Amino acid sequence: MAGLKEIRSQIGSIQNTKKITKAMEMVAASKMRRAKERMQASRPYADKMRQVVSHMANGQLEYKHPYTQERETVKRVGYIIVSTDRGLCGGLNGNLFKKALQDIANWKEQSVDVEIAVFGSKGLAAFRRYGVVADNIQMGDQPHINDMVGTIKVMLDAYAKGEIDRLFLVENEFVNSMTQQPKVTQLIPIVPSELEVLNYQWDYLYEPESKVVIDTLMTRYIESLVYQAVVENVACEMSARMVAMKSATDNAGGMIDKLKLKYNKARQASITQEISEIVSGAAAVE
Amino acid sequence: MASTMHLDVVSAESALFSGDVTELFAPGEMGDLGIMPQHTQLITTLKAGELRYQTEEGENTSLFVAGGIMEVQPSVVTVLADTAIRAEDLDAEAAVAAKQRAEDALNGKDPEDLDYEAIQAELDAAKAQIEMIHRIGKTLR
Repeated sequence: MAGLKEIRSQIGSIQNTKKITKAMEMVAASKMRRAKERMQASRPYADKMRQVVSHMANGQLEYKHPYTQERETVKRVGYIIVSTDRGLCGGLNGNLFKKALQDIANWKEQSVDVEIAVFGSKGLAAFRRYGVVADNIQMGDQPHINDMVGTIKVMLDAYAKGEIDRLFLVENEFVNSMTQQPKVTQLIPIVPSELEVLNYQWDYLYEPESKVVIDTLMTRYIESLVYQAVVENVACEMSARMVAMKSATDNAGGMIDKLKLKYNKARQASITQEISEIVSGAAAVE
Repeated sequence: MASTMHLDVVSAESALFSGDVTELFAPGEMGDLGIMPQHTQLITTLKAGELRYQTEEGENTSLFVAGGIMEVQPSVVTVLADTAIRAEDLDAEAAVAAKQRAEDALNGKDPEDLDYEAIQAELDAAKAQIEMIHRIGKTLR
């Protein structure tokens, strides 16, 4: 039977761990609320952007942007992987990386090279050996679009130069506080969604020229999608951490209960032993 | 009854306005634009300046945009602003400080590593804000 003192110190240390996980759970819960608000606030921009781009896909434009043109051969593909900076958030990053690696393995089978840009230091650590060309870490809980533009530009430039022929975004989708879904979406070429088809032909008036405006718009479009993914990922991170810390707190509680039982049994056993020693000692004297 | 069009003003961080308007003035890259309902399809980049619209009730509202893109369809107008601030939320002191900062940067001693375009854009945005604050200030008093 383990010594009483050892069990007592074990209980003490688990209690301390429980305090920490409880605190982390509460911090994550309050941060999640704010992250969700931010995610919802940024959604209209991405939605409207999508709407404008789909309008454009509908019109008969004089200038076809390269992002809307499918390339015939695919030699290299690019990935933008959005992960977290910190751990202790359950299987959030692990599931995401698994999904990305599957996708990358598929391309490798077709002997297509892969270039990767990552957001978040967890992703950088995981994908370093796969050829990371750009990274952006330590963005904090309130990522700002200006900080991301550089990383995105690396990939867009690579596409413009023909170094990559497709660009994918690997992100976590915030389904609800309990569920986050990793998913891979194609950014470039832009996948035409099902649109209401207009029956007449039209084109925009452009100010200044069409190329300038559409280039700007397309770049913004990609940036807004990535920004949305990063903001959403913060909300995912916080809710995943909240859930992970809650179960850690519960587990610590369970362990403490078990150890307490063990401690009391041991204490009782030692008392019983002591009494029986005294009794037998007294019997020997008589 | 004047016809209306639907206007959406969104920036990356938030949605600022969504509703029906009867007319709209926007700071287009090539000059200010007045948009009425049933305007032909138009797409333009915006520069820093004032975005003003009139609602059905004849109420005028001003927003500050620091550049962006505007798409016009006959019945829908979408403004994708880089940054948009409600006129009453504009901070005069902050704008003046930003202008000063940009000017200092432009007159900085090390012209080699200056990002002229970025600073110029910042300066333009600050100037446009200050100008707008002055104009609103006048109409309020």
